[in-house]
Amino acid sequence: MSPHLPALPVVVPLLSALLITILGWSNRRLPFPIALVALTAGLLSALGLMKDVLARGVIGYNMGGWDPPWGIAYRVDHLNALVLVVVMAAALIGLIATRDRVKAEFEDRIVPFYTLFVLFVTGLSGILLTGDAFNLYVLLEIASLTGYALIGLGEGRAPLAGLNYILMGTIGASFYLLGVGYLYLMTGTLNMVDLAARLPGLYDSHVVALAFFICLTGLFVKMAFFPVHVWLPNAYSNASSAAGILIAPLTTKVMIYVMIRITLTVFTPDYAFDVLDIGDAVVWLSVIAIVMGSVFALAQNRLKRILSYIVVAEVGYMVGGFWLGNRAGITGSILHIVNDAAMTLCVFLAAGALLTRVPGDRLIHLQGLFRKMPVSMAALVVGGLSIIGAPPTCGFFSKWYLISGGIDAGHYGFVAALLFSSLVNVALFFRVFEIAYYEPFGADHGHDPRAHGASGREDAPAAMLAPLVVVAVLLVALGLYSGDLVSAIIQHAIPARII
Amino acid sequence: MSEFIDFFVGKYNYWAFILLMMIGLYAMIAKKNLAKKIIGMNIFQTAIILFYISTAAKGGGASIPIIAHGHGHGLSEHGARAADYINPLPHVLMLTAIVVSVATLGVALTLAVKVYHQYGTLEEDEIADRIRAQTGGEP
Repeated sequence: MSPHLPALPVVVPLLSALLITILGWSNRRLPFPIALVALTAGLLSALGLMKDVLARGVIGYNMGGWDPPWGIAYRVDHLNALVLVVVMAAALIGLIATRDRVKAEFEDRIVPFYTLFVLFVTGLSGILLTGDAFNLYVLLEIASLTGYALIGLGEGRAPLAGLNYILMGTIGASFYLLGVGYLYLMTGTLNMVDLAARLPGLYDSHVVALAFFICLTGLFVKMAFFPVHVWLPNAYSNASSAAGILIAPLTTKVMIYVMIRITLTVFTPDYAFDVLDIGDAVVWLSVIAIVMGSVFALAQNRLKRILSYIVVAEVGYMVGGFWLGNRAGITGSILHIVNDAAMTLCVFLAAGALLTRVPGDRLIHLQGLFRKMPVSMAALVVGGLSIIGAPPTCGFFSKWYLISGGIDAGHYGFVAALLFSSLVNVALFFRVFEIAYYEPFGADHGHDPRAHGASGREDAPAAMLAPLVVVAVLLVALGLYSGDLVSAIIQHAIPARII
Repeated sequence: MSEFIDFFVGKYNYWAFILLMMIGLYAMIAKKNLAKKIIGMNIFQTAIILFYISTAAKGGGASIPIIAHGHGHGLSEHGARAADYINPLPHVLMLTAIVVSVATLGVALTLAVKVYHQYGTLEEDEIADRIRAQTGGEP
């Protein structure tokens, strides 16, 4: 394998952004193929990295040949290789599926849209690969700024939602920057490996504790952890459906990765779980996040808003599972990063497919859709079942790990919150399915339903349905192979001292 | 008492940055005008930049990191004593952070202009009224 493989997932999308901008102005048909090639290359190099990591263990890469601490070191291990594959795959599937939507929603802004999107992926893969705490901040802001712009490009309330997202997101990123500043002040380094070597001697310091809390708070804002989630539902539900499909599965998951990285790699697990001993408190916060996210989801009457609040609850799953601090909980949390990315992609994609044929995403608009759009609805059912946690979809397996982690840790509040959220999700999705199953009121009175059954069937374009079906199948496949995923990859991503 | 004064005066750079940060945070949370919120955001980011820069300073007459008489061969005789120069790294880091904050400000102002064209105002209350009028009270 090429020695420069770790740089490719960042460099290729970055250069393709330039290409799209330069070539796109002369030919409007070019941006999509360029983005497609770039993300395919990104996915292939991510898979190559995964293979290398499985074969040889941790890979280090010095950007530009500069040794750390002068240069920026990239570091690939099981954890970020896995999340990178997920991010690249979700971005690629989203890109293919939203082609028509982007054409329809952004006719004259195709060039900026695709430029922003590949830059967004650049930022995310950089966050995943970098081994430098300050570089992570810069890439975080690249991903965030492009995310704000992608959301703000939409119509209606999207600019306002985007603006509020900027204000919240900037607070989050600035807090992270401040925390890194304190760490630099105490240790004199920004390289994660060096930080990990120097910090244990300073664990008594209040400054280090402050740095940890400030970083964590900033990341909580970025991942939309309740109660600092308020930007997410508005931003995701008001964004254009293309931007929603592309952004929703990725941002929160990558932020959870950063939290895991900071806690496990920069600090040692015993610092977070034993020295500071805040695990229990954060798990209780995530219990509140899960319960409130589910309750708010129940109160919504628009499909995309329901899905957005479900994302808020799912963030609670992952944060809570991680902070249980035992092997089962952290396994569940990492597995859920993978599964939740797929699930969120599936339901947002299904919602996007439905929106090609119905005027709005209010629940009332969904009437009769099982007949009209059977494939899209079937995919929504699979996604819904996975979010509920029904076997054999993947959602069941990560929830299983999370619950057994909760039982191992003796944290029954978390277990109860997970079960409560599953029940709420059952209620939510079956309400959606029920509405979609029945015909629109008054449409079929006194008629044979078959009379317009033939003309009534009008599913989303095949270009959108094919990726949607792939994702729905993937949800089941991820479920069936989740045992292998855990034993081959995730077990190696968790430090051995965690039991 | 004198310890107390030392505590405040000796760490004045931290007090200044915390004060600025709180002003920014207050403006972002409490102000109803979107332009004021954006100004608050910028103050907030600037506060953190000031924090980084102030940590680079060293007492005892440390100067900017340009080595005096340091043209090639002279260097080995004089040597470069780190204590004579302020730490350049936070400055370099903040150069990047300034670029980020300018970019954030740019995106925020662009969206604010879009919001203004859409609703004819930047006051959050009035925007909420217009949205309510458009959608008939539903969220």
